[in-house]
Amino acid sequence: MLKSLLVLGTVLWLGLVPVTAQSKYYTRTGFISFFSKAPLEDIEASTKQVVSFLEVKTGEMVFSVPMKSFQFKKSLMQEHFNENYVESDKYPKASFKGKVMNMQNVDLAQDNLYKVLIEGVLTIHGVDRPVRTDGTLEVKGRQLVGKSTFSVTPQEFNIEIPFLVKEHIAKRIDITVNVVYVPYVEKSL
Amino acid sequence: MKTIFLVAFLSVWVSTAAFAQEDLLKLAEAGDSAQKEKVSATFKATRLINGHTVETNGAGTLLFLISHRFGTLNSGAYNFWGLDQSTIRLALEYGVTDRFTVGVGRSSLEKTYDGFLKYKAVQQAAGGSPVTITAFASTAVKTLDWPENEAKYEFAHRLTYSYQLLVARKFTERLSLQLAPTMVHRNLVETGGGETNVYALGTGGRYKLTKRVSFNAEYFYLLPSDVADTFKNSLSLGFDIETGGHVFQLMFTNSQGMVEKFFIPKNVGGWNTGDIYFGFNISRVFSLGKEKREW
Repeated sequence: MLKSLLVLGTVLWLGLVPVTAQSKYYTRTGFISFFSKAPLEDIEASTKQVVSFLEVKTGEMVFSVPMKSFQFKKSLMQEHFNENYVESDKYPKASFKGKVMNMQNVDLAQDNLYKVLIEGVLTIHGVDRPVRTDGTLEVKGRQLVGKSTFSVTPQEFNIEIPFLVKEHIAKRIDITVNVVYVPYVEKSL
Repeated sequence: MKTIFLVAFLSVWVSTAAFAQEDLLKLAEAGDSAQKEKVSATFKATRLINGHTVETNGAGTLLFLISHRFGTLNSGAYNFWGLDQSTIRLALEYGVTDRFTVGVGRSSLEKTYDGFLKYKAVQQAAGGSPVTITAFASTAVKTLDWPENEAKYEFAHRLTYSYQLLVARKFTERLSLQLAPTMVHRNLVETGGGETNVYALGTGGRYKLTKRVSFNAEYFYLLPSDVADTFKNSLSLGFDIETGGHVFQLMFTNSQGMVEKFFIPKNVGGWNTGDIYFGFNISRVFSLGKEKREW
């Protein structure tokens, strides 16, 4: 009994460690943009400094987004975004912690486009909100290309919009996520 | 023995599973660029009150600045405590790049035209420079007719140069402080006497009361000289109120002029005698030029 347990333990342990070390995919140049159509002017910004990890074994997925990396066309809009709305000094990062619910459907050995369902918690402006969205994962050789779009409102993240400009800022903000994952090895970052 | 083994095995297995996501996020956060970010918006406007701040306009941004100073509060009810009089300066400032701004202005005081260059040499950054440093240089041309025999003056006599090194640090989201060593060179010293080169140390800062309103203070200390003996140091207190593309600045100051050649070496009255001017600056930005970056 003891012997068999020892064997089982060793096998599992040995099996576990290499798998967790090599089944991670990552990117540090992920792209996220947001867009909102408003009567006075469209608000549009993007960043290419998104860091994301995907554990293909379990489907676990995380994102870390430096808020100040969002680039706007108008520098004043960018300043107001950081200073007055998302308060980047207080909340420097947005993050997402979640899971690809149907990761078992994605065959990494097979180049193909797979539809995925992602669920998790999105944190912006220090506020946690559950998010559930569709997306795609495309296997391209050793790369994994992830794409998704979803919408949020400033209100759900306690982002105040002053009365004076209320009409100028759209209620709904569309977010586009576009990442190209590659296998993660220690010291990739 | 068996139990110990089981416990050890289970704990390794359970902890790996439970903390995997947390570790993943930590890994992600350690790899992003937030650690090296530049500190922006040290001040809301390109002016603290009278003097410049370290801020420059973004590339392709045109700023229209209207500045007003009314008469002194001690001028009495007959002059409606100063509101009957006013001096004005109109100016345009353009951001050639994110760091380099050029500007022109025209003051009603002595019919003065001025032009300036402003370059942000160093930007405060997390894990980088502790301060933002901006160099400023301006030339002012007085175009008021000479009071007497014009022949004895040359064009050069109309010119005044100002040089400033602006050093500021955003200590917290609310508090920013600035030091501004300044030199004003006058080709011709008119009334009141004093040196042609005037040295002063500007200090000031802002404290944000709300996201869109800040309290500002500014003081220019004249280094010991004949000018310092004759004229008063400039003290100004005011508020910044930001609404979208406008910044309104309301202030009380003992300086009447709105360019360096006036508000540093030529303040006749002080706060103690009630020689205080009420005034305001209004700035409006326009985005010109192409999109800032391709994306």
